[in-house]
Amino acid sequence: MQPRRSQCLPSPQRGAATPANLFIFLVVLVLAWLLWSGIYKPVVLGLGVFSCLLTLFLARRMVFFAQSSELLSMIRRLPGYWLLLVKDIIVSSWNVTKIVLAPKLVIQPTMVDTDGAKLGEMGQTILGNSITLSPGTVTLDIDDGRLLVHCLLKKDAMALKQDDIVDRIKALES
Amino acid sequence: MIFAGVSCAILVTMVLAIARAIKGPTVYDRLLAVNMFGTKTALLLAVIAFLFGRADFLDLALAYALINLVGVLAVLEFFQNRIDANGDASGD
Amino acid sequence: MIEWLLIVVDIVSWILLIIGSICVLIGGIGVLRMPDFYSRIHAASLTDTMATLALFSGMILQAGFSLAAAKLFAIMLFLLLTGPTATYALANSALLSGHKPKAAVLEKKVE
Repeated sequence: MQPRRSQCLPSPQRGAATPANLFIFLVVLVLAWLLWSGIYKPVVLGLGVFSCLLTLFLARRMVFFAQSSELLSMIRRLPGYWLLLVKDIIVSSWNVTKIVLAPKLVIQPTMVDTDGAKLGEMGQTILGNSITLSPGTVTLDIDDGRLLVHCLLKKDAMALKQDDIVDRIKALES
Repeated sequence: MIFAGVSCAILVTMVLAIARAIKGPTVYDRLLAVNMFGTKTALLLAVIAFLFGRADFLDLALAYALINLVGVLAVLEFFQNRIDANGDASGD
Repeated sequence: MIEWLLIVVDIVSWILLIIGSICVLIGGIGVLRMPDFYSRIHAASLTDTMATLALFSGMILQAGFSLAAAKLFAIMLFLLLTGPTATYALANSALLSGHKPKAAVLEKKVE
């Protein structure tokens, strides 16, 4: 089990944290802190500065910044992708609702292997999370660019085989 | 008021989740129920913020969402190690 | 005109809140009704995503442009980003510890 798990971790030497990325992350942290705190006394502000810097240090140590330039480049296209995802979620929620409320429980559990090899690490993460997020499909395992997906209906499994969603994330990445 | 109805629905679901957590049968079913219970707690706190008109409950909702995520991951890590060590597949 | 707009926003947010509570209930029923662990995940994910989306959108509409709306949006984003992570960790460790799903395996499409 152990080697499989360590494969998921990004290699620490790749993707250095540029000052610009660090600065953007710090600004986001400070804004979040100011939004939540609501108390602007010197002591509390000092604690806020300390916690922001500590978070920055820990995030850097966790190799958070290995993916940050990829993330920054796709952040403009993200809202459009989210809208499409919400549409998918509504459709599949309706399907699951019908299954659960039907007097006789009819499910066709199906496993399907989705190929996400043409996506980067970030793209594979987004693909796996999007699949899990829409009701009726759950990612069970990601290994070497292949995603094992458990579907509640055979229809959903067939739809995943069409590679529609992979192409959509490929467009998001590039 | 509609928020009272929404919080009733969430409370009923929390009871159903507890029922699943008691029923079982595997440890993963129980963890799924516990995870669901935790996210419903965050939702319930956000709804209660509106029900009683107290905006500070929203901060509690975020704190519960954070604690729930970390807690579920920690418990999973514990069971994963235990099952790896025992070679016990049923996990019950 | 403004009053009409407010009424429309109110009605939309009420509809969203009702949809959210129905989804929460259905997810709870589904978690009890589904026969095995892997299909129960699907029912739980109904409450995790659709209910979260609908309830928080409804509450954001009720809050209007305020600090509360920003906080609600942040909590919603956090729940939607971390929910799949927890579900994946759960499903993956169940799979790796040898809890095999009873499911048909779809063959690869021949191209």
